[in-house]
Amino acid sequence: MTILPFLTAGWIFLAGVYGMVTSRDIVHAVGCLAVAQSSTYVLLLTVGYRRGGIAPYFTDTPLRTRTVDPVVQALALTDVVVGATVTALLLALAIQIRKRHGTVDPDALTGLKG
Amino acid sequence: MSRSARIRLFWAAAVVFAVVYGFACTGLPHFGTAVHPYATRAVAASLRQRTANVVSSVNFDQRALDTLGEESILFASVLGTIVLLRHARDERVGRPRAGRVLPSTRLLGLVMVPLTLLTGVYIVAHGQLSPGGGFQGGVILATGLHMAYVAADYRVLKRIRPLAVLDASDAFGAGAFAALGLAGLIAGGAYLQNVLPLGTFGQLSSGGLVPLLNAAVGVEVGSGVIVLLASFLDQAVEVRPAQNPGSGGGT
Repeated sequence: MTILPFLTAGWIFLAGVYGMVTSRDIVHAVGCLAVAQSSTYVLLLTVGYRRGGIAPYFTDTPLRTRTVDPVVQALALTDVVVGATVTALLLALAIQIRKRHGTVDPDALTGLKG
Repeated sequence: MSRSARIRLFWAAAVVFAVVYGFACTGLPHFGTAVHPYATRAVAASLRQRTANVVSSVNFDQRALDTLGEESILFASVLGTIVLLRHARDERVGRPRAGRVLPSTRLLGLVMVPLTLLTGVYIVAHGQLSPGGGFQGGVILATGLHMAYVAADYRVLKRIRPLAVLDASDAFGAGAFAALGLAGLIAGGAYLQNVLPLGTFGQLSSGGLVPLLNAAVGVEVGSGVIVLLASFLDQAVEVRPAQNPGSGGGT
């Protein structure tokens, strides 16, 4: 069953989005966004996997060794860094919302406040 | 939109997504296949540039412009967090109390903080040779420093963390990456092109521009993460809101 790893990525994505849609807490929603985003790691690493491949480093491995795809690994690295900092930014927003409105329930945030 | 309507809309969209995505997956190359045109070319290009770590070569040489965008996002997020978490006029800043720490924890922290910082520097410096690089090493540097918070307390962390310098070095790292790209233009090539001498394969000085870009990113990520965590720790430990005292405070 070679399609299963791809489907796993899709399932993780949907689980994250479901969490965001049903969330009653902004911090929980940010966590769910991180889950949805982590599906892209699974997808990227699945795309780049080579059967019998090792990590793409040639410091002390022979140059002809079969490695996994380094391009998608670089993309996953980008994804991790950007994801972490954007999560931090969203959590900072959550702190400010809690301070200004006294709630972290997205449904309770209705009116604008100057 | 009401809650139940929103969930119904989600399920409708989820079913459509699942069907289309599942169908798309059947058309992808097989899992674990040996044929990877990009990988083959990236490895060949990396060996040509005498960079042993192919992931670093992709990030800092072959696609360095993408990394410039990535670390600009990083810089903007850190900046945004600092702006969002600045002290408001109606907030009081309290003095955190010292917590009790076991002597063994304190001793372990004393040993581990310099060791972890050294590991971080090693990972950044060997980014072109072995698994690692500026991003990973920078995070190790930042978390290593926060071992002081776990092993001692907040005041010790504040003392060993020159926040004003780190604010500046975050910007310096981001600026250095963009400025290093100019080397390619000066040498008559393209922006962020690798123009430095490539060195010997497998040596610390190999890869041309890659170790320098790694170092710039290491500085930026390390100071950026420390500054980020400083803003959050500040909110949790020091700031007490005027409206509902009681939350916040403690070590």
